[in-house]
Amino acid sequence: VSASVQTASAAEGVDVSKARRPGSIKSVVLSEKTAIAGLVIIGFFVLIALLEPVLVPGDPKEKVGPIFEPPSASHWLGLDGGGADMVKLLIAGTRVSLLVGFCAALVSAIIGGTVGLFSGFYGGKTDVVLMRMTDYVLVIPDIPLMIVAAALFGRSLTNIIVIIGIIYWTTTARLIRAQVKSVRERVYVKRARALGASNGRLIFKHVLPQVAPLLIANTVLLVAYAIFAETFITFLGLGDPSVISWGRLIENAFTDDAILNNAWWAIVPPGACVTLVVLGATLFGQSLEDALNPRLRVGHLSVRRFKVRPLRGSLDSE
Amino acid sequence: MRSFDFVAKRVLFAVVTVFVAITLNFVLFRTLSGDAVSALRCRQCTKQFKEYQREQLGLDKSKVEQYKVYLEDLAHGDMGKSLRSERPVTQELWAPLKNTIPMVALGTLFSIIFGVLVGVVCAWRRATWADRTGLWSGLAFYSMPPQWLGLLIVLFVAGAVGLPTAGIKDPTLGILGDASTWDVLVDRLRHMILPALTLGLVLYGEYALVVRSAMLETLGEDYVLTARAKGLSNWRTVRTHGFRNALLPIVTLVALSLGFIIGGSITIEYVFSYPGIGLEVVEAIDQRDYPILQGAFLLLTMSVILANLVADLLYFKLDPRVST
Repeated sequence: VSASVQTASAAEGVDVSKARRPGSIKSVVLSEKTAIAGLVIIGFFVLIALLEPVLVPGDPKEKVGPIFEPPSASHWLGLDGGGADMVKLLIAGTRVSLLVGFCAALVSAIIGGTVGLFSGFYGGKTDVVLMRMTDYVLVIPDIPLMIVAAALFGRSLTNIIVIIGIIYWTTTARLIRAQVKSVRERVYVKRARALGASNGRLIFKHVLPQVAPLLIANTVLLVAYAIFAETFITFLGLGDPSVISWGRLIENAFTDDAILNNAWWAIVPPGACVTLVVLGATLFGQSLEDALNPRLRVGHLSVRRFKVRPLRGSLDSE
Repeated sequence: MRSFDFVAKRVLFAVVTVFVAITLNFVLFRTLSGDAVSALRCRQCTKQFKEYQREQLGLDKSKVEQYKVYLEDLAHGDMGKSLRSERPVTQELWAPLKNTIPMVALGTLFSIIFGVLVGVVCAWRRATWADRTGLWSGLAFYSMPPQWLGLLIVLFVAGAVGLPTAGIKDPTLGILGDASTWDVLVDRLRHMILPALTLGLVLYGEYALVVRSAMLETLGEDYVLTARAKGLSNWRTVRTHGFRNALLPIVTLVALSLGFIIGGSITIEYVFSYPGIGLEVVEAIDQRDYPILQGAFLLLTMSVILANLVADLLYFKLDPRVST
């Protein structure tokens, strides 16, 4: 978002040399309004997830009244199709949804980061093979693949995390590869190599610290997609039956005919939570990424989520 | 000759990807997941029936042999038979496919029109309230799970506009006297509107944001500055110099977002009980009818690979610089 504004101001003849240089995560966060907004939203939900055992002692699915009871003073968001308190369910769902989001994003970041690092650092045949592989995975539609994998491997939280994680690493790999390729050519890396530093030392001492902020920004974006993907899988009845997530609450509302009961309170809140977190993570991750990777300063949200090929002049050109 | 090289390269990539997808399909369904037949759930699935099915599918043979047979069958357009209905998968998938295509096309059309419109206006009137409204609405729709948006539309919109929220045709149509072709057509369209609207809205956010940033990028180019210096009006500059060039990424964006369109339509069809590929997939999952699931997955993958190829070639046609 902010990057587009920057581009716009550059277009209007604002002195570009004064534009902020890519800096540390902290300076970026503090100077970008959208980044702060995103961080506040994520922080709020993370806090709720952490406080879950305090906020919801006991079983959130416990029946406390008639099914689909409208919101009241004692139950702010009413009761769901099983007569359980919606607020408690939402809090319990926050924990699981964020857990899936962060774990799956971590899996993706590790796979994508490793592939990108090796591909960009070693170049040559390693690069060709790894990037070919990435291209193939990139083309296969992610959501159908996730659905099929979830249907075949059974309904557990670990499975869902792994499935989402091993499908979403491709864009990370491409992004990191492009960054590593440029870092590798910098003078201090070349000097270190000339002084006899081993590949391992070069990677961990010189290249990784340079790409780490970008990897973190990308991981934040991945959290959003992973939470989004979880609602997809769960909605089709492929979620872990023993846990409550936001996706599960949307599914429950649908299968329990909340619509026929006109129970908006069972449908609106879980989806609103998903939308908010995805929005927050997108704002935060996007601002970070735009600020850290000058080549990406166009703000194409699409490049990541929908696996659209980067637009002209944005990502690495092959 | 360079153009021939480029086309040949892209086609080769597509062919290899198809092969990768087919193999992935085999690996997923035949080797990692255990036995398709024992997972099958349906009323007539007795022990003898399952035994018979296992023999029919050749599950007692070795994996390598199964792979060979699988490839041979596919080459003949044979994707096996549905475990429930015993009918060929291609036949079972044909009717839902015919329902899905117009719905998805309508939704995509809707999103392109609104996305481009809003994106252009945002870029043109950047940093005004119009831009902010467009930007934030785009971001909001972009963040919504499609199935949830579908439920909201059923809950809040459907009643107000009086459109059907389930199925594909009115069950009473044609019972009281003959329905004309026109009536049938209107009925089909009425059932299509809400699912298409949901899909359109989800995509709209994405398109508007991309169109906006592509437009902003183009408006920063030197030739736009030249156009302004020539004294062209603001709108004329945006239309002929900005929009024409921003169209390039939009064309490919539409073709390449097919993967997401397909994924989104699965849950949307489920919400609206719209009998398309998505609903077929949901039912196949529910009853563990793996051949149907496998066929649908292959079909979806193929269409995305094809769309990618078309997008690549189209991009090349529109912007020959791409191959350099």
